[in-house]
Amino acid sequence: MRAAAGLLRVLVVLTLGIAGAALAQANLEINTPAVASLKASMQSRHAQLAGFYASGAVGLTRDGNIALRDANAVSLAQRQQVNSLITAENQDRAALYREIARANAKPEWEGEIRATFAQRWIEKSQPGWYYQNPSGSWVRK
Amino acid sequence: MNDRIRSLLAALTCALALGGCVTINIYFPAAAAEKAADKIIDEVWQITKGGDAAKGDKPPAATQ
Repeated sequence: MRAAAGLLRVLVVLTLGIAGAALAQANLEINTPAVASLKASMQSRHAQLAGFYASGAVGLTRDGNIALRDANAVSLAQRQQVNSLITAENQDRAALYREIARANAKPEWEGEIRATFAQRWIEKSQPGWYYQNPSGSWVRK
Repeated sequence: MNDRIRSLLAALTCALALGGCVTINIYFPAAAAEKAADKIIDEVWQITKGGDAAKGDKPPAATQ
């Protein structure tokens, strides 16, 4: 009788534990101050980048970054500006992927988080923007 | 005898449950990651939730 009660208790504890683990898996932690400030920085930069995406000068790479796709689509005067925008954006993106992995105590997930983002950036991009397909060539959406 | 079987059963349950936990934690939660990515991208690109997604509401002018 006592053994049965003990077994029951063990089962209840385990069930709760598993439910907890499953719940924790349902969402990734993205509500950290670092993520918030990276989002804000990228959001304000996007106002400057949007025109370059639309003109095809800048495209979304297959590895979750952005890159200069067609330098001829950028006037000489804007070359330096677009290059520093790209550098800054890629720095923020790298920091974002790293921070999400860190916030979930799984630094080893950084690569997979980056890969997930790479797909989602492309999926959510606007028609007319350029992205890299899995073999690395540029495709107009 | 009965008690021994019960404790064996309990041990087995524990082993199975622990195995389950390990499995859950090793694999990358792809669906959760996609959800998180979508949420962040929507904010960064200011994509409105209602209806036509891919249309960002920021006009792409500004720089030209």
